[in-house]
Amino acid sequence: MKQSIFTIERSRPLARDVVELRAHGDTSAITAPGQFVNIRLTGKFLRRPISVCNVAGDELTLIYKIVGGGTRQLAAMRPGQTLDLLTGLGNGYDLSPAGDSPVLLGGGVGTPPMFWLARELLARGKPVRIVLGFNTADEVFYVDELRALGADVTVTTVDGSRGVKGFVTDGLPQDYSYFYTCGPEPMLRAVFRATKTSGQLSFEERMGCGFGACMGCSCKTLTGYKRICKDGPVLRKEEIAWER
Amino acid sequence: MGALSVNLCGIELDNPVIPASGTFGYGYEFAELYDINCLGTFSCKGTTRQERFGNPTPRIAECSAGMINAVGLQNPGVDRVIAEELPRLKKCFHKPLMANVSGFSVEDYAYTCQKLDEQEQVGWLEVNISCPNVHGGGMSFGTDPRAAYEVIKAVKAVTRKPVIAKLSPNVTDITVIAKACEDAGADGISLINTLLGMRIDLRTRKPVIANTMGGFSGPAVFPVALRMVYQTARAVKVPVVGVGGVSTAEDVIEMMLAGATAVEVGAANLVDPFACKKIVEALPETMARYQIAALREIIGGVKQWEKT
Repeated sequence: MKQSIFTIERSRPLARDVVELRAHGDTSAITAPGQFVNIRLTGKFLRRPISVCNVAGDELTLIYKIVGGGTRQLAAMRPGQTLDLLTGLGNGYDLSPAGDSPVLLGGGVGTPPMFWLARELLARGKPVRIVLGFNTADEVFYVDELRALGADVTVTTVDGSRGVKGFVTDGLPQDYSYFYTCGPEPMLRAVFRATKTSGQLSFEERMGCGFGACMGCSCKTLTGYKRICKDGPVLRKEEIAWER
Repeated sequence: MGALSVNLCGIELDNPVIPASGTFGYGYEFAELYDINCLGTFSCKGTTRQERFGNPTPRIAECSAGMINAVGLQNPGVDRVIAEELPRLKKCFHKPLMANVSGFSVEDYAYTCQKLDEQEQVGWLEVNISCPNVHGGGMSFGTDPRAAYEVIKAVKAVTRKPVIAKLSPNVTDITVIAKACEDAGADGISLINTLLGMRIDLRTRKPVIANTMGGFSGPAVFPVALRMVYQTARAVKVPVVGVGGVSTAEDVIEMMLAGATAVEVGAANLVDPFACKKIVEALPETMARYQIAALREIIGGVKQWEKT
């Protein structure tokens, strides 16, 4: 973990209430896709945890949804303004068990971490299939960016207004070696049930500190109590205990 | 003796800055970031007789200038704290530790305190009779002077190290509880624990916190904590540790003027992991600005308005 000041380069809307933020600063503590940063905002007491979408040199990309006062304030910030970030938080995805044909499943704003993960897997010579799930067509984002990386992207929408009608699990391919997913908990439960291989799931929880000190985001797993912020947010399918 | 040093119940502290229990874990997360030996000491995560998972999540809510938590004393239990946490801490922290203890019965408190008292690394026992987030324990001892007396008396009977009673602000008159603890033999009083609070999510219309209520802390509570430290310091003879909303060197000095011998820093650690280090480093300059030669000389030094 590091505390550093980042300077905003660009902030642009991607879809309804979804914003892509690009900023540069010291990214050296960010070591794995699936990690997150914790952003301090003027006038807000707690930081806002946001997952890393991509890192390239000193450039950090974050994608977030405007859900309340904090994210609305962040969306109003302009290029040149600075952000106080804690970086390199959380464990991130472990790429080693991916096998020959991994599938990535992203739901809504669970999509962003799939970008860097896909890039890393493709760099290791693995074909990457991605299934993205949204409610409606106007929520869809990052399909072109993911395709430009060389990933095979399937889009699902609940109302059928774009791509396959249904949930992210309806876009799951027949065969795959391993899965990686990030999204809201009901989706994670569905993915857990629908997948036949092992895999890794990234969880969300209300956090206090984001670096393991306050025990605000603990969960029970089959391998003991874990802090979503420090021992997670990524858990292995085999260790998940749904009845918490 | 340095200009920052204070004596807390017979043990010299290099400076009065102490991370508060529950905001600093067992120290390692912070030891990864800076040398935590720059602190006076720190108060470890509240330890109970048995392992505890704590409350269901969500356990955290944000407020203006503060936060609510309902962690519920998650900890590995005293035996594992002694077997695992203390040996690990020994590698990165070389000062006497303040061991924070909670319980659900008088016997629980005595049992856990006795075990921790035997540990060489432990300097003080901070007995938490004020946790608002557990049922049938914690705060119920700290809101009744007789129960507070019983706990402290039982702990004192089985320990040798200084015992500091950590008090709840959720009472009508905190000095009554403080005096009961002093009568029972407490060597010091720390206050305040969190204020019982609540938030409701407008979208779901449910409380933000799964446990409905939780403990409110952060800069918003500082004036309440300061007032109670002031009242308590005038009511008891034993040293008082000021806790509640402290986030700057100025806050530390203000607490000490109100009567605190040492000062704990809580919620600030969670938003700025370097908060305590920054406070320690800012103290000399801040003291100079207010013509303070030695911190120990200002304890309880608040002046009164002249009555006209």
